[in-house]
Amino acid sequence: MIRLEKRPTPSRFWTAATPVLAVIATMVAGGLMFAALGKDPLEAIRTIFWDPLFHPQFAGYSRPQLLVKAGPLILIAIGLSLGFRAGVWNIGAEGQYIIGAICGAAVGLAFYPAAGWYIFPLMVIAGALGGFVWAMIPGILRTRFNTSEILVSLLLVYVAQALLASVALGVLRNPQGGGFPGSRNLAQYPAAANLELIPGTGMHWGVVAAFIAVIASFVLLQRHILGFNIRLSGQAPRAARFAGVSPTALVLTCLGVSGVLAGMAGLFEAAGPSGKISIDFASGYGFTAIIVAFLGRLNPVGILLAGLLMALTYIGGELAQFMLGLPKASIQAFQGMLLFFLLALDLTSNYRLRLAKREVA
Amino acid sequence: MTVPLLKIEGLTKAYPGVVANSDVSFAIQPGEVHALLGENGAGKSTLVKMIYGLVRPDAGRMALRGVPYHPAKPSEARNQGVAMVFQHFSLFEALNVAENVALGMENPPPMKQLAERIRAVSQEYGLPLDPGRLVGDLSAGERQRVEIIRCLLQDPKLLIMDEPTSVLTPQEVGILFQTLRQLSGEGTAILYISHKLEEIRTLCDEATILRRGRVVATCTPRDRTAREMAELMVGQVLTPPAKAPKTPGPVALEVRDLSVASPNPFGTALKSVSFSLRRGEVLGIAGVAGNGQDELLLALSGEVTSPPQAVQIDGAPVGHLGPNARRALGLVAAPEERLGHAAAPDMSLTENALLSAHVRKGFLRRGFIDWAAVERFAKDVITAFDVRTPGTDVAARALSGGNLQKFVIGREILQNPSVIVVNQPTWGVDAAAAAAIRQALLDLAAKGTAVVAISQDLDELLEIADSFAALNEGRLTPPRPAQGLTVDQIGLMMGGAHGMDVAHRHEEAGASA
Repeated sequence: MIRLEKRPTPSRFWTAATPVLAVIATMVAGGLMFAALGKDPLEAIRTIFWDPLFHPQFAGYSRPQLLVKAGPLILIAIGLSLGFRAGVWNIGAEGQYIIGAICGAAVGLAFYPAAGWYIFPLMVIAGALGGFVWAMIPGILRTRFNTSEILVSLLLVYVAQALLASVALGVLRNPQGGGFPGSRNLAQYPAAANLELIPGTGMHWGVVAAFIAVIASFVLLQRHILGFNIRLSGQAPRAARFAGVSPTALVLTCLGVSGVLAGMAGLFEAAGPSGKISIDFASGYGFTAIIVAFLGRLNPVGILLAGLLMALTYIGGELAQFMLGLPKASIQAFQGMLLFFLLALDLTSNYRLRLAKREVA
Repeated sequence: MTVPLLKIEGLTKAYPGVVANSDVSFAIQPGEVHALLGENGAGKSTLVKMIYGLVRPDAGRMALRGVPYHPAKPSEARNQGVAMVFQHFSLFEALNVAENVALGMENPPPMKQLAERIRAVSQEYGLPLDPGRLVGDLSAGERQRVEIIRCLLQDPKLLIMDEPTSVLTPQEVGILFQTLRQLSGEGTAILYISHKLEEIRTLCDEATILRRGRVVATCTPRDRTAREMAELMVGQVLTPPAKAPKTPGPVALEVRDLSVASPNPFGTALKSVSFSLRRGEVLGIAGVAGNGQDELLLALSGEVTSPPQAVQIDGAPVGHLGPNARRALGLVAAPEERLGHAAAPDMSLTENALLSAHVRKGFLRRGFIDWAAVERFAKDVITAFDVRTPGTDVAARALSGGNLQKFVIGREILQNPSVIVVNQPTWGVDAAAAAAIRQALLDLAAKGTAVVAISQDLDELLEIADSFAALNEGRLTPPRPAQGLTVDQIGLMMGGAHGMDVAHRHEEAGASA
């Protein structure tokens, strides 16, 4: 019989080693799945992990996509990770992302076609505020009426999606778009465009913001009392009360920060890679970021790596779909395996596996 | 001699990393009250769990009335006449007494019949209990009676009682002892687990003393002093803490008409609590568990707020302030629950040092933490209070209860507070560590700190307190000087027998006639 024995202190070695092992286990299990689907497993794995970066024909397009996709994932996941560490479960980052995009884009469109250096910063602020306000709804409802922020924030995603459709067809619709839904293309409006900063890298302001967020969150968690209080509240809520942490302030801070970052991510996407507010603008970054946050074990550096890895599997997965004809569901299953193996192997950092004989009567 | 009721030979049980029982042997005669004595962690609980069929021994033999006995589960033990009253009750508050008793039976009789039997047994043994009352409305002592009657309905030959008096007032203890003597007179043997020595001297016929899982002595408690037994239990000579003579200073803590609701749905609200405490004074607050001790600590530490004037530190109203503002004014606290309240289990000792000390020790610069200074402080606590740990980066949960308690108390004491509030400062701590903690509190008082010590251990309070009060259903009795107080008087302050005075009335009437 296998028994689990709790380690007195978490193992440093296993904490660092499990993500690597999880990736290897995913490759093995995923390879078996692809083989069962009648594809060459090695080729499939190579197409997902290697070709997006190094394939002579496709890498030129897909390499910049890595940062384009990873940027918003990392930015949103950093905000979520603070709340998750404190036991504040913001599941509605997707909604905050949409509202941030709408608010930011609206400010940009209001200035159209004026020029001015201040337009883009104003849009960023508006996007951040939009996400903040959307996150404050579950925050205030929880602190005032003790509602579940999980449900409220999740349900607000659908409200945000309905709003998105409404503004894309209504107030924000491009007057010169010939009646098609969707706003003007902000990427073609220089004062409002979130352009690629270094050509050919995919690096835009959203990616810069993501890197800054990683560093700031690292410093916050390691060196600042607010970061300490966040960790303390998640691990031992009564001890946090004893340490003088106000639960209300903490809930609002965590939701506020994650809302701001998600809102900014939405604006950067709307003004850059997507370019416009359209009905199909929302692409699920807000939900995927939850996986990224946990894959990176709520650690800023881990989230940075997890965001890149997740982006890679997305790009590689798309590549594998049209190169090898793999079904989309198999790619999603592959991504699911990654999270599954990570969480399963995570056990080893806090527990020790022991083979033991059954107790004899 | 007759065949012993229960004979244990060479019982051994090891858990990973610790041998709980090693080669334990003793015997219990029918009708004998046998004490099992030992400190926390000496192996008493494991031993009785083996007898009750909850844990299987690794080696050794047991025999019941000369027949080999190896229960695989508690129901087998019960069928052979072994019953047990646990320290922690397993009762449902929302059900009545009879329903709770029925839940523990394999084939419960119809409710009406059961209620009759409960009434009959409770009359017979002087444990009055109304089968129709909700358990949620009963006091701790009455709940214990439900557990005892549940056992008595099985007509046990051996009754195991695990620390039964920890939830009772001295008067309630007296009632319980009469019942136990009556049972023993009828031939039921009782295995009585405790570390309270005076109780054992009054009640028990024989005692087996365990230390680190081994039997270190057997004795007849009546022939030994409590001191002798304590030293057998601990394995070293104990010195009682020294109280330095002192002159109390100005009032440091004033509590006036403090009434707060409990944050816990099953908690006890504080009702108009008032006392004042001078610098250098130690106020001992006694009370049976669940009478508002936790709530009092929360209200004093600032985790629960109250009207400003209800709590005053050095004359400044602080009732509305949170824990850190009160710390800044000199009040620190050490809650009862070490893991999860006083300390975060998965955080290192350094991080736990920061938890409550950053205000008074100035570890923050514009919110940024000076970790080097925090680690120095954690090391100071570890050295000053002899905390046994490999280092400061060890998680709090890896420390033994006693060591963590020394760390938690040390962390508060080294902040040089003007008022310190501690709840159950030596709960679950070995005797040597407990003595060190009590001494540290007395030393702190000698330096002019006002100390509020909330405890359920009367001996501890009598050792350290200058004045004495008791919590009973959220009300605090007026403090009285500790000098000259008898245990009987303290028991009355704690609420007497909690409405159980009717017990044994017929016997007393018989005795006086």
